[in-house]
Amino acid sequence: MSRDLAHKGRFSLGEKILHINWFLVLLLSLPAAVGVGMLFSAANGDMQPWALRHAMRFAVGLGVMFMVAMVDIRLWMRYAYVFFAAALLMLAAVEIIGFVGMGAQRWINLGFISLQPSEIMKIALVLALARYFHSISMEDIGRPTILIPPLVMVAMPALLVLRQPDLGTALMLIATSGVVFFMAGVRAWVFLGTATAALASLPVAWEVLHDYQRDRVLTFLDPSRDPLGAGYHITQSKIALGAGGLTGKGFMQGSQSHLNFLPEKQTDFIFTMLAEEFGMLGGVALIGLYTLILAFGFAIAVRSRNQFGRLAAIGITSTFFLYVFINIAMVMGLIPVVGVPLPLISYGGTAMLTLMFGFGLIMSVYIHRDAVIGPRGSSSEL
Amino acid sequence: MHRDNDRARMFSRRAVLLGGGQAALLATLVGRMYYLQVIEADRYATLAEENRISLRLLPPPRGRVLDRHGRVLAENRENYRVLVVAEQTRDPNATLDGLATIIPISDHERQRVLREISRKRSFVPITVKENLSWEDMARIEVNAPDLPGVVIDEGQTRFYPYGPDLAHLLGYVAAVSEAEQTGDALLQLPGFRVGKAGLEKVYDLTLRGSGGTSQVEVNAVGRVIQEVERKEGQPGADVPLTVDLELQRFAAGRLASPIGDDPLPPSGATVVLDIHSGAVMAMASSPSFDPNAFNQGLSNEDWRALISNPRAPLADKAIAGQYAPGSTFKMAVALAALEKGIVNSESEVWCGGHTRLGNARFHCWKRGGHGHVNLHEAIKQSCDVYFYDLARRTGIDRIGAMALRLGLGRQLDIDLPGERGGLIPTREWKLATAGTPWQIGETLIAGIGQGFLLATPLQLAVMTARLANGGIAVRPHLARGGPLQSGPNQMPRPEPESLGLVPAHLRMIRDAMTAVVNHRRGTAYQARIKDEGLRMAGKTGTVQVRRITKAEREAGVRKNEDLPWKDRDHALFVAFAPVEAPRYAASVVIEHGGSGSRTAAPIARDILRETLIRDPARGAPVAGSLANGGEDDRG
Repeated sequence: MSRDLAHKGRFSLGEKILHINWFLVLLLSLPAAVGVGMLFSAANGDMQPWALRHAMRFAVGLGVMFMVAMVDIRLWMRYAYVFFAAALLMLAAVEIIGFVGMGAQRWINLGFISLQPSEIMKIALVLALARYFHSISMEDIGRPTILIPPLVMVAMPALLVLRQPDLGTALMLIATSGVVFFMAGVRAWVFLGTATAALASLPVAWEVLHDYQRDRVLTFLDPSRDPLGAGYHITQSKIALGAGGLTGKGFMQGSQSHLNFLPEKQTDFIFTMLAEEFGMLGGVALIGLYTLILAFGFAIAVRSRNQFGRLAAIGITSTFFLYVFINIAMVMGLIPVVGVPLPLISYGGTAMLTLMFGFGLIMSVYIHRDAVIGPRGSSSEL
Repeated sequence: MHRDNDRARMFSRRAVLLGGGQAALLATLVGRMYYLQVIEADRYATLAEENRISLRLLPPPRGRVLDRHGRVLAENRENYRVLVVAEQTRDPNATLDGLATIIPISDHERQRVLREISRKRSFVPITVKENLSWEDMARIEVNAPDLPGVVIDEGQTRFYPYGPDLAHLLGYVAAVSEAEQTGDALLQLPGFRVGKAGLEKVYDLTLRGSGGTSQVEVNAVGRVIQEVERKEGQPGADVPLTVDLELQRFAAGRLASPIGDDPLPPSGATVVLDIHSGAVMAMASSPSFDPNAFNQGLSNEDWRALISNPRAPLADKAIAGQYAPGSTFKMAVALAALEKGIVNSESEVWCGGHTRLGNARFHCWKRGGHGHVNLHEAIKQSCDVYFYDLARRTGIDRIGAMALRLGLGRQLDIDLPGERGGLIPTREWKLATAGTPWQIGETLIAGIGQGFLLATPLQLAVMTARLANGGIAVRPHLARGGPLQSGPNQMPRPEPESLGLVPAHLRMIRDAMTAVVNHRRGTAYQARIKDEGLRMAGKTGTVQVRRITKAEREAGVRKNEDLPWKDRDHALFVAFAPVEAPRYAASVVIEHGGSGSRTAAPIARDILRETLIRDPARGAPVAGSLANGGEDDRG
């Protein structure tokens, strides 16, 4: 057919650069630029301490993305389990050498950089599951026993993350895995059954939750319960959003944000600040931008000719979606306060690197979209 | 390959489902934004503004109180407070420990501070101690680096430089009570003080001024970012008085000096008036208290001591103490009789020591009697029998009417709170309160100023002033120029009217009062002023506190000094001076002081003499007291 088929996805480096989806690169740069602008505003009109570093991190992130994209998708598939095992080890290491940051054990200090293994796990788990389901045929997937290994793969990091304790990330891992299971073709009744079981176990889960987690859930249900304590964030965030109105108060004019009524405006609550200063129009525009990025992710996934690529792309895209949805829903008081940043905009190094790494993988899937891979990773099967 | 095609098809199908689900969730977000930012926008915009703008009241400085020469009687002093801000210290207990090494902090105070810290938001400063001296403040300031969270605040407190000398006149200020809240936001300011007694209370609105406002933009922890708008308030106005500070201090000191065998300050009052204007030159009540103690927060002990003291330091006896006027009332009886034409200067009555009415005997204070006495002699020697006779013939109705004209029996509306009206009994009053008709014997008793009669020292001074000024109905007042514009009495002071008394009658009374002090046989001859041109005229009064029984009288009346303090007679004296051209009137009442001539008259003499020496009109070309009106407030 085309030249692509003839090459079976094997390109030279130059060809790969040619095949990078430059439009997606542009799409990613837009929210990053918005992030720089918002962080500039959060510092009351100063590139320090956040905006400049955010821009630099995005530049580094782009570099990471390109490098990841250049690596052959088959190579990613081959090392998926290794990658996953490494992430799992780091996660376990957090229990031992991790230090407490932001009230929870989430960081591991490698001397030159603080790593958040749970972030890395979000990608590693998707890759591992994608590799597993790649080798499972449509017929086999109906067998319950087939589901045991991937369930263990999900359970191990989820439990470790929950121990830290980081309920938000644990739920994100489970949700992303759910998406991969679903897209891999796991039967619908499995999901229905799991959902029923989950609902039934809610009372048990309540008992297991930490006090501050229960607090967040209760405050979410009734923010006026503690207007100066845990409910303060949500209430002030809603006030800021409402005060922004349709068109916003203007760049750097948000009183809620600039007078510090808004907590953590440079990280988790940056969307609130954007919506206060640019109003609903600004917020909807940003959601539109995210939707376009998601659409690209979906398109790349559907277009891929190998199951690993499809599942990896859809899994990572869904991770991205969860970031966006959880963060925005949280600041608008739709779900409890969980520490999830707004992708590409919130200030924070690990999340930025994780995301750009993820987009690098999506890009790799795009570049190697026509590679055909056998159940065990061979590329010769026809 | 076809197997993978199946998977690809399923993947595409499910991708549509997944994409649809995600799109739906994103649409939910947009819907939520529409709800918050468009439908509920107004509500949240208001909340944001309330967050941002904080209205702060600027308390106005309280006006001062000045004496007639502009000397300051009540002022505001810098006051240093030490506060602690919980959010700025890791351990409030440690901070308090550090503070306790510099200033004493009681366990009680510590408990209160810790309790307030736990109740209030962490950035709210909590007062630890007030009224710190400059030295304490400086020491805390120096140690500030070791005292995290400690803040020093500069405020103003009321200060009365002359303390007890003007306590009853000035009153004091204290925190606003629930009942005093009028809706004026100023009153809700923590630490705001209002007048609770005396002039501070009467002229509270004048002295208070009005508060300014400052709209400030605050951040989330209440810290001020910038001032948006400022409206300056109106500082409280000064209130100048007619009182002469030096005379007041002299009078208060003289009144409070112990008498005879009693080591305590006597219980009593004195009033000095300008007889032409009614201006109060001095007014004191004894014993007194230190009004500054009320500002600094009175200890329970001190408070109990004040209210349980039998000599009632808190009561202003000059306006609220009511006493039978005794013989000082005889001028009113005489004037009533003269006006009716019952007596003239020649009419005589024979005093044999007592008079009879039916079966009852009414005794003169002099056991042997005065013999033949006319009006002049009767006043000079204070003959009771003469006035029993005069009262019986004049009748209680005329006596009562004259007393009212002279200023007794009703409140005089001086600009002080708590003035009492005294009592001039009438037939209707007797019937209404006792249920029995008026007895003629009661008229006789009223003739010597006893029985039901009651008058305040202020009323006695006003009566004397009206006798001395030719029957002009002056009214007493403290504020210069009469009650102030914004005071409770908006009415300008009317020009005092004449009482329509016959000048010749008044001259007779004044001559007799002159003789009381300056004639060798006058009851107050011992208390005369010897300086030429400063001589005073007066009338003594000695009022029985307990009934003398028949048995006691027969056994020989016991000397006053032998009785317990509370059974001794009240001593009264009213006076005016100088006799040639009267200008000042004074009254002195000493509770249980013994006799008017021996106790009250010397006090009145000293105070009046001091008044005359300080008289700004003296030293002007002789012609008369009205020549120099510069310091007079009648204008």
